[in-house]
Amino acid sequence: MNKIWLIIEREYLSRVKKKSFILMTLLGPILLGLVITSAVWLTLEQEDQQIILVYDEAGIITANKPLSNGEKVFFINNQFENIDAALNTFKKSGYTSLLYIPQNIATSNMCVLHYNQLPSLSTQKQITYEIESQLDDYKLKLFDIDASTFRKIKSKVSLSTVDFKQNSTEAYEIELTVIGFFFAVMIYMFIFMYGVQVMRGVIEEKTNRIVEVIVSSVKPFQLMMGKIIGIAMVGLTQFTLWVILSTVAIQTGQYLVLQENYGASKISAMQMTQEMQDEAMKTDVQASMVLELLDRINFPLMLGTFLFYFIGGFLLYASLFAAIGSAVDSESDTQQFMMPVTLPLIFGFIVAEMALQNPEGSAVFWFSLFPLTSPIVMMVRVAVGVETWQLLLSIVLLIATFIGTTFIAAKVYRIGILMYGKKPSYKEIWKWLKY
Amino acid sequence: MGEYLLEVNNVVKTYAAHRALNDVSLKVVNGSVFGLLGPNGAGKTSLIRIINQITAPDAGEILLNGQPLKPEHISQIGYLPEERGLYKKMKVGEQALYLARLKGISAAHAKVTLKYWFEKFDILPWWDKTIEELSKGMQQKVQFIVTVLHEPKLLILDEPFSGFDPINANLIKNEILELKDKGTTIIFSTHNMQSVEDLCDEIALINKSEVILSGSVKNVKESYKNNTYAVTFKGNLIAFTNALWTSFELLSNTESEGIYTANIKLLGNATVNDLLATILPHTQVIGLQEIIPSMNEIFIQRVTAKNGTSHE
Repeated sequence: MNKIWLIIEREYLSRVKKKSFILMTLLGPILLGLVITSAVWLTLEQEDQQIILVYDEAGIITANKPLSNGEKVFFINNQFENIDAALNTFKKSGYTSLLYIPQNIATSNMCVLHYNQLPSLSTQKQITYEIESQLDDYKLKLFDIDASTFRKIKSKVSLSTVDFKQNSTEAYEIELTVIGFFFAVMIYMFIFMYGVQVMRGVIEEKTNRIVEVIVSSVKPFQLMMGKIIGIAMVGLTQFTLWVILSTVAIQTGQYLVLQENYGASKISAMQMTQEMQDEAMKTDVQASMVLELLDRINFPLMLGTFLFYFIGGFLLYASLFAAIGSAVDSESDTQQFMMPVTLPLIFGFIVAEMALQNPEGSAVFWFSLFPLTSPIVMMVRVAVGVETWQLLLSIVLLIATFIGTTFIAAKVYRIGILMYGKKPSYKEIWKWLKY
Repeated sequence: MGEYLLEVNNVVKTYAAHRALNDVSLKVVNGSVFGLLGPNGAGKTSLIRIINQITAPDAGEILLNGQPLKPEHISQIGYLPEERGLYKKMKVGEQALYLARLKGISAAHAKVTLKYWFEKFDILPWWDKTIEELSKGMQQKVQFIVTVLHEPKLLILDEPFSGFDPINANLIKNEILELKDKGTTIIFSTHNMQSVEDLCDEIALINKSEVILSGSVKNVKESYKNNTYAVTFKGNLIAFTNALWTSFELLSNTESEGIYTANIKLLGNATVNDLLATILPHTQVIGLQEIIPSMNEIFIQRVTAKNGTSHE
């Protein structure tokens, strides 16, 4: 037992200390943080002052009051003979862009923004919002409807889907399957990445010819399991670090972006109009919906099953990868044996994708029980909610299977690591099982 | 401690259709150097792997110090396989420590012993280098050190000199003898028959999965000498030949600058004295020596004879 720990320790430390591991561990979250932060930044990005020349053809939008200026967005009204004249003026002027509100705005709900430089999404939103609210006012007056009444009767509906069969009062959303799918992708990725590392490690020991030195000190089974467990721990370490670092990176990024955009506008926030507060409320509602969604996910269960399926799935596949590594002399010889192992893995991934759309499908059901695909497929179902007996059955099947594959792999491994030269055929490997 | 450190009794090992070891028995005397000989594929490695508990025999038993082999015995055996190597990217010292600890030595003890050996082999400055930075000879030195580091009672060396230049090979040879003096029992497998004669006390020759010859090197050689003598003389070869009577057979002769060397086999009850008496009147004898077959000759003779008969 002591010796297997030594092997785990070496496999773990030698990999964790590698520059490539440290680089990957740091770069992953930084990249993820950068992507998310820049996405946030792009939507919030405020350019320099936007001075927008407004040509309201029919004059219905700006008739009562001009479009209200924002923090950095200013509207300048002007009248022109036609759009061409407006464009001509715009060309010669220093305006940032030209907002053309056509005559038929009340029916078409369309207007055009000519720009030199594309304004940010938030600026565009603000423009739309301004026009919308003025148009609302115009229409209210036109149909003689009281503005406060209108706000009362204006309804916003969101659709909540409830599983009839599940006989539960709780609803699930597509978002839940997305979170489950994220975990499924993580498992798929880690089994692949680290499973191949196990195989490479075995091949390395074989081609280095150190393997016979080691198996004269420890049992081949100990060497194989030590390697598999050590590498699984490397995977878990990387995953944990990714989660922690990503959270830090994303939050830091968001903090920096928000600071820059909203730090200065805190005071003006107090002068927000009623409409803007409404808008702010809307975003708040969206945010709280996400929070509510996250609340609905049973995270202890999710993380618990993730850990189990990661370890179970990894043990299953890594032992097969180890057996492949032991049977060949170089990585280029692995192709033929890799196919049957990677196929179910890829298939599991495809089924998990299907589960995104329909987590209750019968294919999804069966493959969430089938041990070669269950580590991936079941994650999606767990996120949505799965009956306990199915989860337990899937767990039991996976445990039984990885014990089985480990047993078989150990037999192949024991013989394979000491066989040099010719690449064995399936028939020969079958014979090894019986030695 | 008994007379024999290792006893192999009627060991059988079969791989699918191939029988690698067929009823193999041998005994290795405590504190001796035992040569395990045989052509490629004879079953030597299979036997060594069984002694190392890498594989298990199908039948028969192996006793170490009178006890059947147990997992605990691993720490008493040091094994230098023919197919050997080290982790290329691992540091020399770290790697040696790791392999020592796998044999069951504490890290602290291993460190002290390692320092001793590294100094002895003059490779202490290499402690923090990776294996791939070392020359092949250096790597072999490290490999030898990790084999003997845990002071095994039984040391199994499979082709230990391959990869060494003559100077380092000699160094290792002396180390082996030094270890023997300290009481280590050594099983030595090689195709280099000269080193067998230099180092081994006893041998076993395995061919086609069976032990076909065993005993002390001296006895084996004695039993294979066939009453042949090399006579070196000056004079007339024809006179010499004519003088030989029916009790002697001239096998071959060579001449170099007027000095002849003739190999003569004594037939029947003829003695060396008879031979001398016969030739002395005709030639000027410079020297006379009994021809003792080398292990190399015995090896070839036995293995080819065995193969020959099996083809009939």
